[in-house]
Amino acid sequence: MGIIKAVQLAFEYIRRDEDGNVEGITRAIDGVDLEIKEGQFIAVLGHNGSGKSTLAKHLNALLHPTEGTVYVDGKDVREADKVWEIRQTAGMVFQNPDNQIIGQVVEEDVGFGPENLGVETKEIWERVEESLKAVGMYEYRKHSPNKLSGGQKQRVSIAGVIAMHPKCIILDEPTAMLDPNGRKEVLRAARALNQVEGITVILITHYMEEVIHADKVFVMDQGKVVLQGTPREIFTRVEELRKLRLDVPQVTELAYELKKAGLDVPEGILTKEELVEALKSLKK
Amino acid sequence: MLKDITLGQYYQTESLIHRLDPRVKLVGTICYIISLFLVNKIQGYVIALIFLAIIIRLSKVPFKFMVKGMKAILFLLLLTVVFNLFLTPGETLISIWKLTITKEGVRVAMLMAVRLSFLIIGSSVMTLTTTPNHLTDGMEKLLNPLRKLKVPVHEISMMMSIALRFIPILMEETDKIMKAQIARGADFESGNLIKKAKALVPLLVPLFISAFRRANDLAMAMEARCYRGGEFRTKMKPLIYQRADRLAYLILIIYLVICFLAGR
Repeated sequence: MGIIKAVQLAFEYIRRDEDGNVEGITRAIDGVDLEIKEGQFIAVLGHNGSGKSTLAKHLNALLHPTEGTVYVDGKDVREADKVWEIRQTAGMVFQNPDNQIIGQVVEEDVGFGPENLGVETKEIWERVEESLKAVGMYEYRKHSPNKLSGGQKQRVSIAGVIAMHPKCIILDEPTAMLDPNGRKEVLRAARALNQVEGITVILITHYMEEVIHADKVFVMDQGKVVLQGTPREIFTRVEELRKLRLDVPQVTELAYELKKAGLDVPEGILTKEELVEALKSLKK
Repeated sequence: MLKDITLGQYYQTESLIHRLDPRVKLVGTICYIISLFLVNKIQGYVIALIFLAIIIRLSKVPFKFMVKGMKAILFLLLLTVVFNLFLTPGETLISIWKLTITKEGVRVAMLMAVRLSFLIIGSSVMTLTTTPNHLTDGMEKLLNPLRKLKVPVHEISMMMSIALRFIPILMEETDKIMKAQIARGADFESGNLIKKAKALVPLLVPLFISAFRRANDLAMAMEARCYRGGEFRTKMKPLIYQRADRLAYLILIIYLVICFLAGR
């Protein structure tokens, strides 16, 4: 079994009026089955309200499934006494960098997770050092988080999760509030974690460019997984993605339009270099 | 503008006093204040003054920073002096119209002035040499025995440190909302007090909504990082008494004894 396995997962938000009567039920997740292997870099795509964040919150037991379940490293999220183990196994980074930093000094914030786990003082310091180095924020360890840029804050948040030694990190739209430079910084840190440390990364996003390097992509719409496959497989299906109100990367779209206009370019082009090569070979 | 304010008034430098355990400084300040109110002879105040002067010297904080704290209570100080001067009954010294200054009045007024200024300067030494973070840590540890009485000591100190962390963020947010509302024609400046207070509503409502949203997010982030209260928790920077701290306690006791013997 993979590190994360969802079985017929469903979740309903129940809206109540002021007297507590049920006003309506929104099915945010509707029968999701997915399996993620250890060490993979996974991307979950979807526009706002597709249920991708709700899914993320199930992967470390922040939300309780209405139906079905999720197994994290073989542990069932429905079991109340496994909650802390699950949250340690699957760490989570949220969207807003300001609302997830607890410490007043960078190093204290990174130490917050290990402190909660009851790690010895000496080991906390070792973990803080290695985690800050892993995201390239070690020289900022004595700084106040308020003085950092958005990208730096998110890297500190990632370090805070790594310090808990998780097997898997879920990044819930970590770049949504950042400028392009900050986005690059955070993505680079996430990819390094996956490649160097071998941590499974699940990146939830609606930016297409961010999923190109993923091993596998899940596309969500209205609470269901509607497409899954490698980025190349996904991006060959331009028409379907458009229907889901998702844009493909510019290069892919250009290649698609060229193909539609009659040029013989291969499907699912992801990078500029690939397109250049394809056009060159066409000229010959 | 609001972003630049520093919290508390910590003065960053390397000194013996800065390095002391926050608990020593907290206990020390409290004992010093008590000593000020216990003594009532000149000798006692001379000793208190010498003690304070030595501490200030050791802390390496420029004296003008201590005096800054005095400005805030100048009015209170003057008020106390004036009331004590005129309203203490006793042997008449000077009498102008209906006001009489008595010999006892002069004595009490001076005493109060000295007490209050020493008190303020003494406690600013503590806040100038200790970060707010350290202070909350020290308080948590000092109040720890109260846990047996079901006082949520850890939770209180956690709330204090989170509040400290979010004050600059909310300040910035206030600034932003204020500008946004001004851009929409809101007027925060003119009118009388009531009108000004009413003008704050469009500022406070969004601020509160945003604060609640942040609190919600933060709670979730803390849970995701396995926070479950003070139990089982270890400390990254535990407070452990060093030799200097024990020595400081000893000096404090000696001071209190001398003060008590000389000043009563």
